[in-house]
Amino acid sequence: MLTISDLHATVADKEILRGISLTVNAGEVHAIMGPNGSGKSTLAQVLAGHPGYEVTSGSVTYLGEDLLEMEPEARAHAGVFLAFQYPIEIPGVSNAYFLRTAYNEIRKAAGKEEVDPMDFLDIMTEKLKLVEMDEAMLQRSVNMGFSGGEKKRNEILQMAVLEPRLAILDETDSGLDIDALRIVADGVNSLRRPDGATIIVTHYQRLLNYIVPDFVHVLANGRIVKSGGKDLALELEAKGYDWLIDEPVALGA
Amino acid sequence: MTGSSTSPWPWEPDVAATAYHRQFATLPDEGPVWLASLRQRARAQFEGYGFPTPRNEDWHFTNPAPITEADFQPMQPALGTVTPAALAPFLVGHAEWPTLVFVNGRYAPSLSRVHSLPAGVRVMSLAAALHEEPTLLERHLGKVAGYDDQGVAFTALNTALMRDGAVLHVAADTVSEMPIHLLFVSDAGAEGGVSYPRNLLVVEPNARATVIEQYVALGSARYLTNAVTECVVAEGATLHHYKLQREGMKAFHVGHIEVTQARDSHYVSFAFSTGASLARSNIYTTLAGEGCGATLNGLYLLDGDQVSDHQTRIEHAAPTCYSRETYKGILDGTSHGVFNGKVYVHPIAQKTDGKQTNKTLLLSDRARIDTKPQLEIFADDVKCTHGATVGRLDDLASFYMKSRGVGAETTRRLLTYAFAADVLETIELEPLKDALESMTMARYTGSTDK
Repeated sequence: MLTISDLHATVADKEILRGISLTVNAGEVHAIMGPNGSGKSTLAQVLAGHPGYEVTSGSVTYLGEDLLEMEPEARAHAGVFLAFQYPIEIPGVSNAYFLRTAYNEIRKAAGKEEVDPMDFLDIMTEKLKLVEMDEAMLQRSVNMGFSGGEKKRNEILQMAVLEPRLAILDETDSGLDIDALRIVADGVNSLRRPDGATIIVTHYQRLLNYIVPDFVHVLANGRIVKSGGKDLALELEAKGYDWLIDEPVALGA
Repeated sequence: MTGSSTSPWPWEPDVAATAYHRQFATLPDEGPVWLASLRQRARAQFEGYGFPTPRNEDWHFTNPAPITEADFQPMQPALGTVTPAALAPFLVGHAEWPTLVFVNGRYAPSLSRVHSLPAGVRVMSLAAALHEEPTLLERHLGKVAGYDDQGVAFTALNTALMRDGAVLHVAADTVSEMPIHLLFVSDAGAEGGVSYPRNLLVVEPNARATVIEQYVALGSARYLTNAVTECVVAEGATLHHYKLQREGMKAFHVGHIEVTQARDSHYVSFAFSTGASLARSNIYTTLAGEGCGATLNGLYLLDGDQVSDHQTRIEHAAPTCYSRETYKGILDGTSHGVFNGKVYVHPIAQKTDGKQTNKTLLLSDRARIDTKPQLEIFADDVKCTHGATVGRLDDLASFYMKSRGVGAETTRRLLTYAFAADVLETIELEPLKDALESMTMARYTGSTDK
């Protein structure tokens, strides 16, 4: 459902992605791992349409469409969701209003009727349970005064409400204690759908104990230097990243 | 700098002030001797320095020529055509709040409701107070709001020409939770006229009061409101003071609020401004005793070719006081906003803690803001900060919302509202906060639910 071919991207004229190719099929979970600065988060943000990055060459096809030609909101309408590494605070807009607006805009794009605030509250009540969040969080401004863990859970709450086909989790495990990690992982697992896929961007292996990937890819210097099964993550946990980055095969291409 | 086509610039004060000389002749003869002498002093001051021009530092960014060159006549008493139904849209919060309505500068008892006031709270028109509370007036009127320099020439004119307004007295130890609404309405009869509302709010020791001072228009007359409100906040007292400037779009508004705060008192102000073609709003407070706090927040929403100038002055004249100030503006069209935040820390005012922020969101390339923080600190052990930002909508927040499927236009509208809501959230009076949030939400998103 997602095909990335030789993707190059820059930020402020600095090349961050230097030829990424990756195919993700429906039903699969892919983990993108790598050291800091390897380009993992950039890849996630480019897929969501972050305006700060410029794609200089390559292509991304999603469900047969040219993803890079689509505005960020059109990508969301088509089922792409990025759980942000650093969720944005929006003072003055309540979480409930924000979510209902997003939910209805996606419904509208699909030619469905909008849901009124009362019916939406019923939907929310159920989704809140999934991430073990209190209803009071709905009336607070989006991410304002949320702890790091609350922000991450709020991202998963949004994901639960919007039910994306392609979920991209960018460092969702960072800053989570073990209980929050389990809640987030359970949430993500229960939201998996047979016609969808999940891409997990992470520095550490520990989230992958809970969300088991089908494939693990190691990014270094803007390229995928190694791909493998879930065992690769365990190997990385034991050996670190240096042995891969130093491999002449990886850099010499 | 653009000059006026009808008179030379720089403008000569004695020429345009002539129109005002005629107004002095229209004043009623009645009233106590001290009032007549107060009027005379103010008149003499005004005639000495005349109207300000942009050469005056306090008017550097706002040329008052459209006001000073117009020949506004004192407004005639209203015809009594304003109905309670016409005022309904302006009753922010609860309709049962005590409300004093003034039409074209004169108290309108039939539109007002001043019963069910808590014990210890007295509120009446200035005209009535001259008979009923002469001692209170003599003690405070004209003593708080200065008029001795050209920058506050309009205060001098108001002092010389005031006719009516509201007088509030809250006795010591009285906690008045019920807000008092002062509603100044200008209707079609205000065309070409000027009114001089004059208010006095006295909150005695350890008392607490909330006042909403609102200026609105019915219709689209071209008129001038020249308002002055003096506030006396005694020892340990708290005054929450909301000023809503929603004058007609052809109108002019010059409003001056001046406050004196005694030891351990708190003055909390919020200025919400959307109206007038040209508006100037001063809020000055003097922290005259130890342990005072002043919070001055505000929001101005401008469009078209509106000019709106907000000046605040906080005098830290005693040790261990704090001041907090957040003003935000959203400017569209070719509008012009001005913010000047003065903070004076006197040599005696050690341990002053002051914080000032001014943030502006420009929705149009042709809108303009002049923002000028002005800190003058003469004590050495103080903590004072200020910051100003001018910008457009946050790209990152826009991306975040779009990435959730929210379209570009909705994102823009919602983030514009969010920019304003951030400071509206500081309003402690919930019903008023809700009303202003809904008003702002409707303005930028077309929807009123939040």
